Amino acid sequence: MKHKIGFNKLNRVSAHRKALIKNMMTVLFKHERIETTHAKAVETRRAAEKMITRAKVGSVHNRRIAARKIQDEAVLNKLFTEIGPRFKDRAGGYTRILRIGNRAQDAADMVILELVDQKVEEKKAERNKRKAEKKAKEAKKAE
Amino acid sequence: MAVPKFRTSKARTRRRRSVNMKLTVPTIVQCGNCGNPVLLHRVCPKCGFYRGKQIFSPESK
Repeated sequence: MKHKIGFNKLNRVSAHRKALIKNMMTVLFKHERIETTHAKAVETRRAAEKMITRAKVGSVHNRRIAARKIQDEAVLNKLFTEIGPRFKDRAGGYTRILRIGNRAQDAADMVILELVDQKVEEKKAERNKRKAEKKAKEAKKAE
Repeated sequence: MAVPKFRTSKARTRRRRSVNMKLTVPTIVQCGNCGNPVLLHRVCPKCGFYRGKQIFSPESK
């Protein structure tokens, strides 16, 4: 019996929903942290966790199945070479949903969906470093 | 056929309906970092802290 096993249709037809989750997943793996609504985050998480589980074992078969959903080659590569190995010792639960309150226009329940080993401060430092380097380069060019 | 003997009074109607009209007050707690009142299970919008961790920096919001 298929009782109490459901999912959120997100008010979309199946093709639309599939495309949406595909895109959300790709963006999540690309940026490791995204801001979205709670309903979308839960559905994206469901699909993304399965992808990461596949990425932990980098077989050709797993890669092909993942490639159906993640059509950005760079992101697919990152998933298998970086994200998968990072979660080697974790048995599921790779993502975290943090509620950040309601959106201003439509009061939608907004959340941050992120990979659990995200380090915000480090990332920020990295970004700032890159920015500084870029600036230094430009300054050099100007000379 | 069975027919009501009395008209339902306004009070009776409203008493019956009022059962499902109860409003709930959201639970508000104090942020563990800055003391700002926040909704339960939400990141503090003022300081960006949740469960003792910095989730986002407030100046970027």
